[in-house]
Amino acid sequence: MDLIAEGITEAFRLLLKGDREVLRIALLTLRVSGFATIISAAIGVPLGTVLAVWSHRGRRQVAGFVNAGMGLPPVVVGLWVSIFLWRTGPLGFLRLMYTPTAMVIAQTIIALPIVTGFTMAGVGQLDPGIRLQMLSLGASSWQLLCILIREARLSVLAAIMAGFGRVVAEVGASMMVGGNLLGQTRVLTTATSMEVSKGNFGLAIALSIILVAITYVINASLTRIQQQS
Amino acid sequence: MSRRSMSILAISLIIALSVGAVAFGASKELILATTTSTRDTGLLDVLLPVFQERTGYNVKTIAVGTGAALALGKKGEADVLLCHAPASEMELVESGDVINRQLVMHNDFVIVGSPEDPAGVKGVKSATEALRKIADKEAVFVSRADDSGTHKKEKEVWNKLGFEPSGKAWYLEAGTGMANTLNIANEKLAYCLTDRGTYLSMKDRLDLVVLVEGDAILLNIYHVMQVNPEKHKVVDGQGGKAFVEFMVSEEVQEIISKFGIDKYGSPLFFPDAGKSIEDLGG
Repeated sequence: MDLIAEGITEAFRLLLKGDREVLRIALLTLRVSGFATIISAAIGVPLGTVLAVWSHRGRRQVAGFVNAGMGLPPVVVGLWVSIFLWRTGPLGFLRLMYTPTAMVIAQTIIALPIVTGFTMAGVGQLDPGIRLQMLSLGASSWQLLCILIREARLSVLAAIMAGFGRVVAEVGASMMVGGNLLGQTRVLTTATSMEVSKGNFGLAIALSIILVAITYVINASLTRIQQQS
Repeated sequence: MSRRSMSILAISLIIALSVGAVAFGASKELILATTTSTRDTGLLDVLLPVFQERTGYNVKTIAVGTGAALALGKKGEADVLLCHAPASEMELVESGDVINRQLVMHNDFVIVGSPEDPAGVKGVKSATEALRKIADKEAVFVSRADDSGTHKKEKEVWNKLGFEPSGKAWYLEAGTGMANTLNIANEKLAYCLTDRGTYLSMKDRLDLVVLVEGDAILLNIYHVMQVNPEKHKVVDGQGGKAFVEFMVSEEVQEIISKFGIDKYGSPLFFPDAGKSIEDLGG
């Protein structure tokens, strides 16, 4: 119990003191996972919507592929992104290994199937009448897409929250492609994992509390937007 | 606040936070692949800022086991290596994968265990003899098992004994870094072979005590070496050379000789630049 008390005290001390390193780690976590979520949403929401209403025969396969991707283990993504980004690898000339950009790439790959899959499920549950009605009113495909997303906005926001939740919580891919570099690619999950391995349990508890607090605040804000709409 | 302006606010906030995630770091960067012990003891935190100030190089430290560090060097994924597995390092020197290999410092490995010492190894002079007692007693032993320098050393001692512990129920293969392995040994009241530096840096949080030390086979020797730039276009030969020279410079050797005294009462590493392995008696 002492340990928990120590961790909580340490968390408050770090937050109140505005510890620069912890602040930087927390901000980088938000930036990397936030950016990855935005990219996933920009691609995944329209993609999921189109997949939900697409009547082509290949739809089943693509949908199955997306759903399987929702369970993609972060370490697997980390390994494959590393293979491509290593400076002797196919994309090595970009010099992205061990940078926040590499982490954004890996996290986007992790979040994209989740955002796409949940959007697809949400839009798929809409009354098919909406679509027929819009088409009979002469809506263009673009207008139809926007209307469907708006109608399914509760599911779409849930999809984005799920995507963000997954990437902000993952540690395997970030550790591998980021390298957990102090001041450069260290995020809350990799820092927590490292502090535990070093036996600094108090600091690890503090970092975990900060991570949970950030996740809570972000998801609470999104929920608020969701409930108001 | 209206719903729309609220969403706009939320979105712009996220975008603002995201900007910079894609920004690149400093122009000159050097990748150092090293063992977890140099990071976990905090030595690199002291040395790297000095190197950056002197040369402008932004050093990216990838702290892994020595096996992984050497593999990264061989692949050309690192510019410079700081490791402690002389026999494996020599293989890379001979294959021409690394050049300019120089002795930096040493400390020693020790066998730690719970104060109860069920196998009665306390004070045993020979590391091989100590492991034999542990194996006879089938006392729990935690191994790094991650192909690190420490793991290689441990295997060396088992080999000398002519005993293969892998697969035995009392022999736990952790597959993780030194600090984590010590935590596991601490929880399991087990024996463990560790570098003294990492042990000292965690001593306050551990119940484990040093039981066997001082055997010549337990010497832990660190070399710095640069990856051969002629083998891989991407390797920064100049930066690698600068780092090797930096590590054996008088200034750094002086820092190493004092590092840890304030916190642990004794230095964690002993500087050895310019000496040869034979001088150390290893």
